[in-house]
Amino acid sequence: MSRPVAPATGSGRIRTPLPFPTAAKPAVADTQLRANLHRATRTIRAKRARVVDEVPDWEALRDAGAAIKADVQRRLPELLEQFEASATAAGATVHWARDAAEACRIVVALTQAAGADEVVKVKSMATQEIELNEALEAAGIAAYETDLAELIVQLGDDTPSHILVPAIHYNRAQIREIFQRRMADAPADLSDEPAALAEAARAHLRRRFLSARVAVSGANFAVADTGTLVVVESEGNGRMCLTLPETLISVVGVEKLLPTFTDLEVFLQLLPRSSTGERMNPYTSMWTGVTPGDGPQDVHVVLVDNGRSAVLADPVGRPALSCIRCSACLNVCPVYERAGGHAYGSVYPGPIGAILSPQLTGVADNASLPYASTLCGACYDVCPVKINIPEILVHLRQQAPHPPAERAAMRVLSWVMRSPRRWAAALRLARVGAGPLGAYRERRTGARTLRRLPWPASAWTRSRDLPLPAPQTFREWWGKQ
Amino acid sequence: MVGEAVSARDEILARLRTALADSPPPVQVPRGYRRVDDRPDLIATLVDRLEDYKAVVHHGIDALPRLLSEVGRLAVPTDVPADWLAGYAGELHRDSPPLSPAALDDLDAVLTGCAVVVADTGTIILDAGPAQGRRALTLVPDRHICVVRTDQVVGLLPEALTRLDPRAPLTWISGPSATSDIELNRVEGVHGPRRLEVVLIDSGA
Ligand code: SF4
Repeated sequence: MSRPVAPATGSGRIRTPLPFPTAAKPAVADTQLRANLHRATRTIRAKRARVVDEVPDWEALRDAGAAIKADVQRRLPELLEQFEASATAAGATVHWARDAAEACRIVVALTQAAGADEVVKVKSMATQEIELNEALEAAGIAAYETDLAELIVQLGDDTPSHILVPAIHYNRAQIREIFQRRMADAPADLSDEPAALAEAARAHLRRRFLSARVAVSGANFAVADTGTLVVVESEGNGRMCLTLPETLISVVGVEKLLPTFTDLEVFLQLLPRSSTGERMNPYTSMWTGVTPGDGPQDVHVVLVDNGRSAVLADPVGRPALSCIRCSACLNVCPVYERAGGHAYGSVYPGPIGAILSPQLTGVADNASLPYASTLCGACYDVCPVKINIPEILVHLRQQAPHPPAERAAMRVLSWVMRSPRRWAAALRLARVGAGPLGAYRERRTGARTLRRLPWPASAWTRSRDLPLPAPQTFREWWGKQ
Repeated sequence: MVGEAVSARDEILARLRTALADSPPPVQVPRGYRRVDDRPDLIATLVDRLEDYKAVVHHGIDALPRLLSEVGRLAVPTDVPADWLAGYAGELHRDSPPLSPAALDDLDAVLTGCAVVVADTGTIILDAGPAQGRRALTLVPDRHICVVRTDQVVGLLPEALTRLDPRAPLTWISGPSATSDIELNRVEGVHGPRRLEVVLIDSGA
């Protein structure tokens, strides 16, 4: 087709209803939430570090992962056509959705065609993004989340706050309270031991799994040369959904492709260690179309654009499409740890959300998000596919309408300043943070000056031309100002 | 409906082609990572990794009769090797005709083999090949007893992938089902089998 068609931004739950600092306020004031987030992110950081350190070729795996994803982006149209042909030959039906609404319409129609009024769901960012549960509900179809954390969030009438652990903002006592209040079959004497809570979830979902007729999933990877889809999980709820129902509908962002089956050898090493901090997650399922007599016999794949073409169109921002949703960048981010996931508005929180959401919607619609960062660079260091998040943030800030963004930065700065511990951390981070921004300016102007300090200090220094701080003496330098 | 789907396809592909108007240069993928494990004792590594993730490891085919003596109702794939069941006195349920999910849920355990095992991560891979059966069989019963031959063990994940047919339904299992969703602490036992037992047999024997 030769008619040029412009890339399009997306819709769904990817917009911040409030500017980031405003949205972050309740979280910052909630000491219980801050304690839960601090404890959880500290735990996961330690686990990740331990299993990454034992891999001698970790950097080589990251390099390969980043390169494979860059190759996918440059060949995306041809790889999608290849995936479609392979999956179709294996018995799957491939659908295409320009945006969230179209993707929802397709899933609703397929569910209705299967004669079902309920679906079981495997945790999936894509279906959260397109607000599928709401669309199903509007069509009279009940959607049951089966991942433990998604179940907690759904029963609590809440929204996810983390990519990997959507209920990271709750502690065990709060989860017990939600189960007792909303889970009719929860035992009366339910304790807050994680094992007891997991047991309650098992009993609650068992019958539903055994009788479900339609399942909806996402996919972590879609393999172009074979038509294979891959789902990585822990609890076995994924296996239940992917195996027992007659109809399986998988909603897959177009960026999820890998060229070959062999490429999984890189990503299935990078993903579990980066996400849950395990050598390997308990269960990974792979299926290619239909296998007669084994698993769903009616298999559908919905390939979704919803703004991804707009991300692809920006050569600087394009690598955001490499993200494998491991959440390592959230777990190391000082801003995420303080503000929590809900402050980002979009289903994509943390550093990846700060670059992905504004690109999916267009920067004007999410103008405060590129400022939700200290540019400390910790996200870049842990990212298994080496997305240079600080560089993309700086790039996006240049596109953001400035006055409101500066005001936003100012407000977050004053919040940071209110606690001595936060302030010390911000300084520590700002010192490192001068790295990417300084390097960027040096490249552009050749000058060893920094017109703006890394955010949030940038709001105070924008009118002055400051010498670039020597990395090791930033605190002293700041003290003299 | 079909007409609309076709036009969405063409429009998305056209958008993506426009987005790539800058013609990004070809990418050479550096594959400097390890593809073969040079550790001398893979089996010791495997046992360590399996136990680390709370699987129970037994050594030798002789361990099977004792294990199975605790199992009242056992599911097996239709092609289970006869010698694995030697002396089994409980209720045996072959998956032929296919057992319904509810019937599988009533059984105490399932006994299968596997396709490949990755020592480095303690991962057992099933590909619906010999002695494995279909996916539901190893999913619904609460206890999975899996026989692993030493010649099925490889060191690293890249070695395992070369032995697999991508078109087969694949299930990778690393320990019993688990969740880290509550305060990010790993708890074993959610929807998949809560007990995973591995019987390691020497393929020379
Ligand atoms: S940006 Fe990188 S670190 Fe963050 S979730 Fe995506 S892959 Fe993981």
